[in-house]
Amino acid sequence: MSAELVTELQAKRRGATRAATWRIRIVLVLGPLTALSGLAWALIQPYRLTLIHPHGQGFWWLFSEPPLYVVLVGILFRLLIAPGLTKDLEEQ
Amino acid sequence: MPHAEMVHWWFATGFLMLGLLLLAEVVVGPEVWNRRPWRRYLWPGLVFLLGVLMWPVMTFYTNSTIHMLAHGSWAQALMLAGAAELGVARGKLHSQYWRLCSSIGLAVSGGAFLIHEQQHWLFSRAAFLHHVLGCLLIVSALFPLLQAFRPRSLTAATGFATTFLVVAILLYCDRDTAAIFGHLSQYAGAPHR
Repeated sequence: MSAELVTELQAKRRGATRAATWRIRIVLVLGPLTALSGLAWALIQPYRLTLIHPHGQGFWWLFSEPPLYVVLVGILFRLLIAPGLTKDLEEQ
Repeated sequence: MPHAEMVHWWFATGFLMLGLLLLAEVVVGPEVWNRRPWRRYLWPGLVFLLGVLMWPVMTFYTNSTIHMLAHGSWAQALMLAGAAELGVARGKLHSQYWRLCSSIGLAVSGGAFLIHEQQHWLFSRAAFLHHVLGCLLIVSALFPLLQAFRPRSLTAATGFATTFLVVAILLYCDRDTAAIFGHLSQYAGAPHR
């Protein structure tokens, strides 16, 4: 194999590895970013969390906590979806 | 019975997860995404489930005939889109044009939003959001339409994924009675936070 071809192949492999690394980073950051958004929302609009002031609230109001839903989605994505995706990207 | 705004927040949560799944698929690419069989069924299954969950909404939130028709047609369109994508994921359906069902689903959803909102844009926040969501979904129907003809289009896939994230944000903003840009009709009722 010529040295020129080897260099070209190595450059291609490096490029693919770099792209995969960025993809892994994005996949890993999606969940925490979502959870952080929910947390920021809870801090900006604490009145959307009836759990903070539960007195006199009915079941549906205590069950409906939109900022916590966002946090939950972020956590679920990070724990259930992201690990498999990053593993498959690394294997690729 | 839960308030209508709560139902919107629950659906927002479903759409948020749907948007994240679609976005992740765009980032890693279809080859990596389809490597594990269970992952192929995730978002089509979620779309189908959201369609199924629209039936109780139709049943219990029937304020008028137009509401019933809107929610019913919406449920059917979402189930059709989900079922078509499930068929493609399973390998039973092969044509790339099945993605047109998602386009129809988005267009019908947008139409349903616009048709069953009978108030003007600045009547209340809920009215405003229904108008925005309706227009957004109708325009967004172009993304899966584009995907049907150009399945590997990154722009169309990203647009399709982002649509659901924006829909989730708008649905989370919904309140039964709240002002929008300082406007709230006297007929809308007393506002609450």
